[in-house]
Amino acid sequence: MTGSFQERSARGSRSAAGGGDWPERVHSLLRAEAIDLIALVPDAGHAALIRHCEADPGMRMVRLSTEEEGVALLAGAWLGGIRGVLLMQSSGVGNCINMLSLPVMAQFPLLMLVTMRGDHGEFNPAQLPMGQASPRVLEAIGVLVKQVDATAQVEETVHGALRLAFNSCRPVAVLLGQKMLGAKDFRKLARGE
Amino acid sequence: MTRKSTSALAPRLRRREVVSVLLADRGGILVIAGLGAPAWDVTAAGDHPLNFPMWGAMGGAAMLGLGLALAQPTRRVLVVTGDGEMLMGLGSLSTIGVSRVSNLAIVVLDNESYGETGQQASATGHSVSLAGVARECGIVDSSAPTTIEEVRALRDRIHAKDRCVFAQVKIDPEKLPLVLPPRDSSYLKHRFRLALLGDSALHD
Repeated sequence: MTGSFQERSARGSRSAAGGGDWPERVHSLLRAEAIDLIALVPDAGHAALIRHCEADPGMRMVRLSTEEEGVALLAGAWLGGIRGVLLMQSSGVGNCINMLSLPVMAQFPLLMLVTMRGDHGEFNPAQLPMGQASPRVLEAIGVLVKQVDATAQVEETVHGALRLAFNSCRPVAVLLGQKMLGAKDFRKLARGE
Repeated sequence: MTRKSTSALAPRLRRREVVSVLLADRGGILVIAGLGAPAWDVTAAGDHPLNFPMWGAMGGAAMLGLGLALAQPTRRVLVVTGDGEMLMGLGSLSTIGVSRVSNLAIVVLDNESYGETGQQASATGHSVSLAGVARECGIVDSSAPTTIEEVRALRDRIHAKDRCVFAQVKIDPEKLPLVLPPRDSSYLKHRFRLALLGDSALHD
């Protein structure tokens, strides 16, 4: 399933010059910025970044039952002096909203990297409500939102968002657009391709 | 459905006595208190810079504790919360069980009701065993103490810091005067980090 997704997601940006190696670059960035904890609910769009982080003995991976656990986990981690990031798909954004009251109210740094669904080229109608609502609900609760639609701009956008989150003690979300990730081709999957 | 009455014959433990036993000679323990009565109970035992009482984020207390436990592996982290708050974050017991941390303890003060909102019944008054869920999630030291002696033994296991601990303590559903901690969570955050990390907390 992820294989097919990866194939599409790399289209047009397979070269390192085009930013197709953004997962590797973002992993290096997280390492350089002393991110020790990766909290996640998996998504195909994050699969390569997750692999890089898993292969890094300096990074602790915490697989969550639901995304809001990660909001509380990373608040606790920062209370104890370490930094983490939260990886999720856009369908998980809604799960986080009330939990985000903690970092918003108390000014905890939080970096959320959100892979978008329900937008450019989406096949599955069930992804649309949360995907389309994601930027607005995040902004409504008080999270700063940065959208990126080109692989070549991922590293810089994540870097700026990370600095913003940890320098100013605010929750920040980077939305990794479906135009950049590619849409999962359910018809091909149904044909067993 | 009727409420279970199996323990109605024996007097139930009193929440503030349980918490004061757990926090006696607290040493370097780091404390997260779930919103509502557990936050008042922890504060009644003595306001402390290494307490982080929550005013919201219901369902997040155990995960806040896990994050803190991962960040501070040599310190014991104790989460004191209520049955309603734990039920809202039930999946976090799965996450915590898998994490295999040995320095996190979670104590649920279980009055089988939503005490802050008018004593409406919660699921733990029916057939839901939080200690059972925790055990099946891999937290081996999961118990349901019913006497103050068992709570003292629990306190000693918590302070030993050598294993993840979960306890569901059935308590009297009494309403007590509120003992309020400071309510500015940004202040509570700075106070906690300064006490734990020193001045570097303000610069990193």
